[in-house]
Amino acid sequence: MWRRIIALTKKEFLALLKDKRSRFVVIVPPLVQLLIFSYAATFDLNRIPYAVYNEDAGFASRQLLARFVGSANFELAGGVDREGQIPSLIDSKKVMMVLHLGPHFTRDLLLGRSAPLQLIVDGRNSNTAAVLVGYVRSIVTDFNESWAETHGLPISPARLEMRSWFNPNLESRWFIVPGIVGLLTLVVTLIVTSLSVAREREGGTFDQLLVTPLRPLEILLGKVLPGFIIGTGEGSFIILMAVLWFHVPLRGSLPALYAGLFLFLLSAIGVGLMISSIAVTQQQGLLGAFLFLVPAVVLSGFATPIANMPAFIQHLTLLDPLRYFLLVIRGVFLQGDSFGLLWPQYWPMALIGLVNLAAAGWLFRHRLY
Amino acid sequence: MKDGPPIQLMRLKGLMRKEAVQILRDPSSLGIAFILPLVLLLIFGYGVSLDAEHVPLAVVAEQPTPQTAAFAAGFARSRYFAPRAYSEIEPAEKALRHGEVEGIVWLRGDFSRKLLAGEVPDIGVFVNGVDANTGRIIEGYLQGMWNNWQGQLAASRGRPYHFPVELEQRVWFNPGLRSRDFLVPGLIAVIMTLLGALLTALVVAREWERGTMEALLVTPVRVPEILLGKLVPYFLLGMGGLLFSVAMAVWLFAVPLRGSLWLLLAASALFLLTALGMGLLISTVARNQFVAGQVAIIVTFLPAFILSGFIFDINSMPVPIQLLTHIIPARYYVAILQTVFLAGNIWPVVLPNGLALLVMGAFFLTMVRRRTSKRL
Amino acid sequence: MQPGTVTGLVGPDGEGKTTLMRLVCGLLVPDRGQLRVLGFDVCKESLKVQETLRYMPQRFGLYEDLTVQANLDLYADLQGVESAERPGRYAELMHMTGLGPFTGRLAGALSGGMKQKLGLACTLVAPPRLLLLDEPTVGVDPVSRRELWEIVYRLVQKQGLTVLLSTAYLDEAERCQEVIVMHQGRVHGQGAPSAFSKQVEGRTFQATAPALNKRALQARLAGAPGVIDAIIHRDGVRLVLEQPGTPDSETFLPGETRIEVRPVKPRFEDSFIALLRGRGGSFLPPAAEAKHIPAAAGEEEVILVEHVKRRFGDFYAVNGISFAVRRGEVFGLLGANGAGKSTTFRMLCGLLPASEGKLLVAGRDLRTSAAAARGRIGYMAQRFSLYADLSVRENLRFFSSAYGLRGGVQRERITWALREFELGPRAESTSGDLQLGFKQRLALAAALMHRPEILFLDEPTSGVDPLARREFWHRINGLAEKGVTVLVTTHFMEEAEYCDRLVIMARGKILQKGRPRRPGPAFAPPSGPNRPWRMPSLP
Repeated sequence: MWRRIIALTKKEFLALLKDKRSRFVVIVPPLVQLLIFSYAATFDLNRIPYAVYNEDAGFASRQLLARFVGSANFELAGGVDREGQIPSLIDSKKVMMVLHLGPHFTRDLLLGRSAPLQLIVDGRNSNTAAVLVGYVRSIVTDFNESWAETHGLPISPARLEMRSWFNPNLESRWFIVPGIVGLLTLVVTLIVTSLSVAREREGGTFDQLLVTPLRPLEILLGKVLPGFIIGTGEGSFIILMAVLWFHVPLRGSLPALYAGLFLFLLSAIGVGLMISSIAVTQQQGLLGAFLFLVPAVVLSGFATPIANMPAFIQHLTLLDPLRYFLLVIRGVFLQGDSFGLLWPQYWPMALIGLVNLAAAGWLFRHRLY
Repeated sequence: MKDGPPIQLMRLKGLMRKEAVQILRDPSSLGIAFILPLVLLLIFGYGVSLDAEHVPLAVVAEQPTPQTAAFAAGFARSRYFAPRAYSEIEPAEKALRHGEVEGIVWLRGDFSRKLLAGEVPDIGVFVNGVDANTGRIIEGYLQGMWNNWQGQLAASRGRPYHFPVELEQRVWFNPGLRSRDFLVPGLIAVIMTLLGALLTALVVAREWERGTMEALLVTPVRVPEILLGKLVPYFLLGMGGLLFSVAMAVWLFAVPLRGSLWLLLAASALFLLTALGMGLLISTVARNQFVAGQVAIIVTFLPAFILSGFIFDINSMPVPIQLLTHIIPARYYVAILQTVFLAGNIWPVVLPNGLALLVMGAFFLTMVRRRTSKRL
Repeated sequence: MQPGTVTGLVGPDGEGKTTLMRLVCGLLVPDRGQLRVLGFDVCKESLKVQETLRYMPQRFGLYEDLTVQANLDLYADLQGVESAERPGRYAELMHMTGLGPFTGRLAGALSGGMKQKLGLACTLVAPPRLLLLDEPTVGVDPVSRRELWEIVYRLVQKQGLTVLLSTAYLDEAERCQEVIVMHQGRVHGQGAPSAFSKQVEGRTFQATAPALNKRALQARLAGAPGVIDAIIHRDGVRLVLEQPGTPDSETFLPGETRIEVRPVKPRFEDSFIALLRGRGGSFLPPAAEAKHIPAAAGEEEVILVEHVKRRFGDFYAVNGISFAVRRGEVFGLLGANGAGKSTTFRMLCGLLPASEGKLLVAGRDLRTSAAAARGRIGYMAQRFSLYADLSVRENLRFFSSAYGLRGGVQRERITWALREFELGPRAESTSGDLQLGFKQRLALAAALMHRPEILFLDEPTSGVDPLARREFWHRINGLAEKGVTVLVTTHFMEEAEYCDRLVIMARGKILQKGRPRRPGPAFAPPSGPNRPWRMPSLP
């Protein structure tokens, strides 16, 4: 039996790699996506263009503004002389924020009064706006502390020591790149498996297979095995890229990671083969894969936290295998998780995988004709 | 000898009628035009949100006192946090590690004593930084909470405390910072890309696959007629999809439409022409549906998603990628969409971006005209 | 080409027929040389040319998701037919094609023959001066083919239309007034079919030997010296010789006395084969070797079909058929498109369950029996259905492993297949790029790797040129001689003549059972021997 499955697997690989189109699908989109996602998909802000409307001539305002000039996050893009210029700067997207310091800024500070710093932010992209306000706030807080210290003002009653675990500089890339391992492994495995039976149906080779002494189970396994090998290969490649190229720390145990990958592939291949046994043409297979992929990715927590979704949708995400795998891969990469901590992710993936494969097997037998 | 007029109305009408009947009869075209926007808008409108609320947070008070209670009460009142009380740091750390809480606020055993003695106690704050964006948002919330607490504490002591520099923030266009308000307009750009580029690329590739293109080409039909016969029906279909999406955005998701609908429609028409041009151009290269679909997804859909500024800020991308975004039509359309929806008819944004769309649309359509010939 | 005539473009597959057609209508630009159509230079004035000629590509160019009427309307618009002229023109076309009752139906829901007629109607919606038809009859059953020819001739006679059509069917070529023979991208002859036939005048004979099985006779005659072509025809073998003259049976078959040879009228096919063979076309290969099964054409029934029905929805594709096939027989399943022969075939191979009735192959039902039973059959599908991306050798290796061969035996069988089917030089080529004839050999080789006892062939030679068809049947004969049971579906009468017995199906039922050499009155071939075989009249 194994000899025949190996022959099937070999054939599957030859067919996949010799066909220009399939080779393209397996190699080009993942690479392009890896690079684009890793470099472009970041919530970190750099070089935020801003303008200053400074009515104050004193030294304190210059001290505060020097902190903005010195930050890599901000880039001065213009000055403002009149309040009336502000709207056009913001509206036309020339700057994303304007800092407004009133005429008595230094004087108020020296007199021990509160000196207002007005911040006008373009809220069209609410996420950038929120992040940006955070950056400004931390600059202002730092300034306040050092001002209080140097001018003998009462310091705050308690000190806040902020530390972020696992990702001390809060780099988006550390979050996104491990996520891509899950994303691309899913995409490639799904496309390869969901097209495999349809391709054979279109080419007429499926009938030719069915009249050989091969059993349906062997044919099915002959489709599962290549999916595993390709998924593992693709996943390993991106893991390697993440560590060596993007320098994301890999803190946990590789076996724990690969155990997760294995279980995840089970469910991905199950879905792919289900689509495959229903789809008559490759076109339908592709459409089916696309229809599964978009919600699976959006609801997995790949880019936005599941916790922010409405309760109903949060329940829905429990069915999404990518959700669990992302927790595993990010856990192993950044948190250094080991097997023990990951059980709550392993078993749902195993369950989903078994159900999917069983369903795929059932469909496979009943849709042979 | 002359070839006669480049466009003959009867032939054009015939081609357009055929295309219209095919659209109406083929559920997948209508599906891409109406079901896909619906599904995408629902998934993104409800599923994607960057607004963290009710973040589970461990508040560790090693020795509960009125002071720690006052501190923790702030979290309980906030809609941003769902605090959980711990009396020791170890279980809280474990909870953070297991993902049960997103952050820890640690009030050590000597917190009240030091506070009352006028010393400065340290408050430990640990945030799970795996999701950097969420981590940063939580840090921001915490800082705000802490500022409030300082103010209240000072007030209760009868010595109003003020910060040297008081930050007054004014967020224009979206004061509530609702992420849906910027995601939904951007999503319309993605949907229009799918509609314009993917659908036409697939439809033309289908004609090649089924051999009907060959039959068309040997009739006396002219190239502009073939192209217009495809452009006009799918343009109308796309505008239908657009109106549907805008209606959903305004009525279902309550996104404000501050600019004029006509301006929105005009910009969308420009973008749609560009997208149709890209779709037709792809189909001159890829003559089967599989390849056409793949190419369309890679060169139109993905960039519209990631490189258009729809979610991710273009200014923050590495310079080479920023340069790349200039050749992505969706970039200009997203800028117009977000502005017209949230800010209004801001001509300094609409005009340059609209001009860029016009240039790109003209470029793609010219390319299509030049690359299409009546030869195989 | 003369105006007002029907010219046939004949040649084996992949020899440039379609390319020439596309050049003529300006879809391709010639690398060199000049092409003038109706007085216009195609390169410079392709639009002018396209206004005066009509071209029907191989797949008819119909929009399958539009109705018959909508397809007509579209082409009428494209060809600039004024709306005032349309009703009359439509009525005429509908009358001519018999599609009148179906104008509201989707083109995709029409049968192959009806699609072909609709394709023709669409190309003719504005009367052209020149009509190009690219293999208009591939995959269409004989009745529809005959009707198409009648339409074409009516048009030529009534409207002075000029027609250029390409075909791989030689019996159709004979109906053309002029024939151009193409081979390897070159024209090898042009003239009236009768002029071609004249070249083999006096070299064509019919041989019969009552003592010999006709397949055995054919096998021996094909290898005899001086014989260019030997095919089974009716109850004997039709011969084409290298030299004219009365043949002496002794020279062909030494020792065989009871053989009768009489001259027959030459036909186009004879001259075609002679022409290509004379130019270095391949000669017949040795017959394929197979496991020798001593129980020669005995009484043992290896395929048994009893009262089998197959339902799709409310529709019975196969409605209660029964027949039996004995060991070592070549058994034919004949019928028009949609008669139910493919369904029957698929049920026999275990690809489709029967709704009712009993189906036994080698004593078992392939659907329920163990995989081992499937190891005893070989299957060759209608289309090429091996892995197109794999090389010849990889395909052979895969299918032999699928049939459980391994190690030395496997290597030996692959070597055998490459040698036997002359695939050696192409062992490493990608099989999808092979010419149709080679693909077909490869498919047969793959089906024979495990020395099956029963061979299933589904329309094995459709679209294949006459040379490859001859070669193919030669191999099949060799297998049958060695005791392999062969079940074949076809709609070529010519192929039916290779069968020991056959059944004719129509509308899911068996219309006739019998032997081709003692035909019942219902399928007596019409007047000439070369006419497409006439189906028993269908209701």
